[in-house]
Amino acid sequence: MINSVGREIPDFLLKNGRGVYQGKHHMDGMYIQKQAPRTRRYEKPQQTKVIDSIVLALENCGAKDGMTFSFHHHLRNGDYVANMVMKAAIEELGLKDLVIAATSLGDAHDPIAQYIEDGKIVGIQTSGIRGKIGEVVSSGKLKTPAIIRSHGGRPRAIEEGELHIDITFIAAPTSDCMGNCRGVGGKSDCGSMGYAMSDAKYADHVVVITDCLVDFPNYPASIEAIDVDNVVVVESIGNPKKIASAAARISQNPRDLMMAENVAKIIASTPYFKDGFSFQTGVGGPSLAANLFLEKYMDEKKITMGWAIGGICGPIVELLKKNKIKKIIDVQDFDLEAVNSIHRTPNHFEMSASQYANPANKGAFVNSLDFVVLAALEIDTDFNVNVLTGSDGILRGAPGGHPDTAAGSKVCIIVTPLTRGRMATVCEKVVTVTTPGDCVDVLVTDYGIAVNPLRQDLIECLDKASIPHLPIEQLKEKAYSLVGCPDDLQWEDKVVAVLQARDGSILDVVRKIKPYIIK
Amino acid sequence: MEINHIAVAGTLESSDAMVTIEPGYGNIELELSSSVMNQYGRQIKETILQTLSRLNVHSAKVTVVDKGALDCTLKARVECAVYRSCDMSNENLPWGGIIQ
Repeated sequence: MINSVGREIPDFLLKNGRGVYQGKHHMDGMYIQKQAPRTRRYEKPQQTKVIDSIVLALENCGAKDGMTFSFHHHLRNGDYVANMVMKAAIEELGLKDLVIAATSLGDAHDPIAQYIEDGKIVGIQTSGIRGKIGEVVSSGKLKTPAIIRSHGGRPRAIEEGELHIDITFIAAPTSDCMGNCRGVGGKSDCGSMGYAMSDAKYADHVVVITDCLVDFPNYPASIEAIDVDNVVVVESIGNPKKIASAAARISQNPRDLMMAENVAKIIASTPYFKDGFSFQTGVGGPSLAANLFLEKYMDEKKITMGWAIGGICGPIVELLKKNKIKKIIDVQDFDLEAVNSIHRTPNHFEMSASQYANPANKGAFVNSLDFVVLAALEIDTDFNVNVLTGSDGILRGAPGGHPDTAAGSKVCIIVTPLTRGRMATVCEKVVTVTTPGDCVDVLVTDYGIAVNPLRQDLIECLDKASIPHLPIEQLKEKAYSLVGCPDDLQWEDKVVAVLQARDGSILDVVRKIKPYIIK
Repeated sequence: MEINHIAVAGTLESSDAMVTIEPGYGNIELELSSSVMNQYGRQIKETILQTLSRLNVHSAKVTVVDKGALDCTLKARVECAVYRSCDMSNENLPWGGIIQ
């Protein structure tokens, strides 16, 4: 069946009430039945939940074949915990047919690819998939298609019971002996622990893994002891150098700066740019640099930002400290400056992934967002964006909060160079649709600006501010004139990944790529 | 043109290509790898073969490691490797002639 972004979704996926994507906010107003969490009673007083090893914790939580284990990615590419747990489960306990439900998977998790090849792990559900895991899944070695969800789609799936987690593993920079966890104060600090919160509330069992045991009670806690079965103390939960980079630097690349300045100009030209406006930006070169120019326009207009959300980094924290932002609500921290600010700087708060982006609650933060500035691997002439598959069709990206913020915000701006090497970023049809075009409003490239024709109001704003723009088709033509028109990728029938829209319908599928032979 | 000895042009930097050319056995033997193979492999191969043909090279072993180079870069790297392989790259290059 063809969905509203023109993608053919195979019928075998359309069962148990799952339908195809039918457009932005299609399920608005519908009711869902939330799953009630299943939990275990610990009535007897206990001195401590600390247990000697991950294996003992797995045994205590009744780990067995076929279970779903979940992980969160606040330790980013420095994470040791997912590998540690899977190794204990598979190599020490001999478990098989396991499913990993992670908030994201990256290069740090390359060792897990082998367990997929060995058939020990049979399912992957994640918001990001990169490195060797992306390669083995793309080559069709995972028994069931991987399920890719946005950061908001994931808590929706957990709350609806679509994703049932048997055991979740919390990578905790600090924990007390009863399992109260915080993301600051340890040797592997990550700041916000927002993505882990729904997991801790809904999983049957919760195991905290920490490398810094602190006095009880570790308060205020991000993950609460009332949800925790066991605490395991290990030598190290991650590599601090890869958890948070030094402060994210603002790009000096003149091309990035030019695009960033145009982003700020566009924002300033809209009626939403007024005192108390809200904003989210990514940490890519031009997206981050937009902060700098935005500050200038805020000063000129003598307004301040009401709040910023998202993955947070240094430049946003700077604005908070200068009182140019009133509040930051934070689901993840990207650099040390952000890690060191949350819970310390007044008005820098933590939130869960559900509060951040879940489309099936009564209004996540993204729904009140004025502006979001995002990057793209590819964007096509229907404004559909791909941030998941490379130009070779291999899984190597992450929808993350991209589809959620795009759908919720009043103005979604994609900023990307027209070409990267020989790849046309603006193209005829993206390899995979990860954010539907009806959620994307403006495209800023180094060769010009295009506005989605669905947003005539924004076209008027740009015209009034004398900001030149052109049809997106012209940008595509320009790109192809530079790099040549790419051949279509050749796919096999086998579906290796299903891309869910944030509302749970199917937005696209990724098939197995055919080996390329030059004729 | 005759390929006298092995010669190399280009780098492995992003958006460049490294072209290695060696004497052949009466035909063109092309070994191509590319970071954009699935989308541009066919066009890259065509560009390389057309460039060799324009330079009247009909016997050579050519190895191209492409890192997403544009056509103009590929042409230049192939031309340079060919001229280096017959020690003609230092002077009197036929600019505007068979080097386009």
